[in-house]
Amino acid sequence: MSRIAQAPNRRPAPAIGGSVPTGRGHRKVWRPRAEQLTAWAFLLPIVVYLVVFYAYPLYRNLELSLRDYTVRSFVQGDAPFIGFDNYAKVINDATFGPALWHTVVFTVVSLVFQFGIGLALALFFVRNFRLSATLRALFLVPWLLPLIVSSSTWAWMLNSDSGVVNAVLGMVGVDPVNWLTSPDWALWSVTVANIWIGVPFNLVVLYSGLQAISPAVYEAAALDGASGWQRFWSVTFPLLRPVSAITLLLGLVYTLKVFDIIWIMTRGGPSGASTTFATWSYRLGFGNLVPSFGPGAAVGNLLIVTALVFGLLYIRVQRRQALA
Amino acid sequence: MTAPRRWWKTLIGMALTGVMLFPVYWMINVSFTRDRDMRKSPPSWFPVDGTLEGYRAVLDQQLPYLGASLVVGLGTVALTLAVAAPAAYSLAKLRPRGGGALSFLLLIAQMIPGIIMAMGFYAMYLNLGVLNTLPGLIVADSTLAVPFAVLILTAFMSGIPQELLHAARVDGAGALRTFWSIIMPVSRNAIITVSLFAFLWAWSDFIFASTLDSGGDHQPITLGIYHYIGNNNQQWNAIMATAVVASIPATVLLVIAQRYVTAGVTAGAVKD
Repeated sequence: MSRIAQAPNRRPAPAIGGSVPTGRGHRKVWRPRAEQLTAWAFLLPIVVYLVVFYAYPLYRNLELSLRDYTVRSFVQGDAPFIGFDNYAKVINDATFGPALWHTVVFTVVSLVFQFGIGLALALFFVRNFRLSATLRALFLVPWLLPLIVSSSTWAWMLNSDSGVVNAVLGMVGVDPVNWLTSPDWALWSVTVANIWIGVPFNLVVLYSGLQAISPAVYEAAALDGASGWQRFWSVTFPLLRPVSAITLLLGLVYTLKVFDIIWIMTRGGPSGASTTFATWSYRLGFGNLVPSFGPGAAVGNLLIVTALVFGLLYIRVQRRQALA
Repeated sequence: MTAPRRWWKTLIGMALTGVMLFPVYWMINVSFTRDRDMRKSPPSWFPVDGTLEGYRAVLDQQLPYLGASLVVGLGTVALTLAVAAPAAYSLAKLRPRGGGALSFLLLIAQMIPGIIMAMGFYAMYLNLGVLNTLPGLIVADSTLAVPFAVLILTAFMSGIPQELLHAARVDGAGALRTFWSIIMPVSRNAIITVSLFAFLWAWSDFIFASTLDSGGDHQPITLGIYHYIGNNNQQWNAIMATAVVASIPATVLLVIAQRYVTAGVTAGAVKD
């Protein structure tokens, strides 16, 4: 940013209407229409982009869910309109209940552990020690790896016969567990992998939140004789609440749409034991020989509504904090 | 706080990092393991008697995939910047009427699950005949980065002093000239951050690749790994070697641009 300060100021800034416009709502506009035209000319690419590559695909998705598509009518585009039949079909499907339950369990368990571990690590790292910056950077690795890389690594580590996890368990006398092929364990296995991927994000955001807390507050608490634990509960935790709320809500929105990890590790199986809305939607649309785009899109739209509810909540919380 | 206590913290920190990075180590270890040792119990903890067979397989079979991923990544960066940078300039400095609503839409846009976009794109691409093409994949991948890019760049450009723009105007520069010769160079850091993330997300994308490009002549590396897992699930050294190679961009990113990465995570913080 130092470049800005050194920017050539060949001539003194002119005094337009007596003052240099700086803040919002404090500007002198001499040709508002031309200015708005320029502003929107720069926005034109993104507006076109949003319409063509966001709005239209979403519209197609909605349309898919309201029509009775087959492979033939998908190509020809003459599928009959059937209203909410696809939604009714999906909700009455035997997969609906378990998929809903798996989505809730996967999301809640992932969030609790990602946040808990992330917060513990952030507290550990917030007092600098030798190598702390380097180690903190290394913690980012799981988050930066392509999901297919982490997922396939976990899949091999959890392999029933040759995985390192069962090998270690064998050393302490535990029988091998069918992590990915047993209906009892598959959901937990993908959740563990997802927690591993999500911890770095929580660590980084909470760490920056902790750093924003003024040391003076701690000094005051220490003067009042607060113990370490009291300091955490009465000072750190309340002051960290805004950042925590943002972290959790963002985490929620992003966990709801997790697809890659589950699909690569278990394909939602065995027999649907780790199927969530995201993988179910994919399986309906792309996972079978005969695709059922309609129901697939319907599941997807249920997911989007859920994500948007929490997304709007996130924006509300963030706005309120920005104002405060 | 005394010196010995600090050393303890370093030791604990290293132990925690070791636990956290064990899967990464294991990926590297397996990538060097010989086929016949693959199902040994207990497994070899270190790649003694290692082999490069896995990496030879990568060289023989995966180079086209890596090339395609590189093209897709760079294309995504270019498209993302072309769309996002002018928009950010306008939102930050030109105060368009309705700009707030647009920012709001972008916030919403980045919360849409990828599977929904994929299905919509599939229907659209099928009609347009751009299924299984790299340009199609580039466009789809750019949707992962564009909202994030606009939000980050807008936040950064808002901090550029107004005096600078005035000086330019007095010198006779129009909006376009100001954008190109002042805003863009000054925003270099934010542009690097955005480019790094756009590249990484495009490189890592699996959902768009598997839905929109699974029958293409040029497929990205994520599909290369996916086919590997599906086809020959015996050769885990080759699979893991490919995974190691596919992780190189992320590693390079972390080594050369850590501060940009951290800035990107905390500034709005998005990942699919």
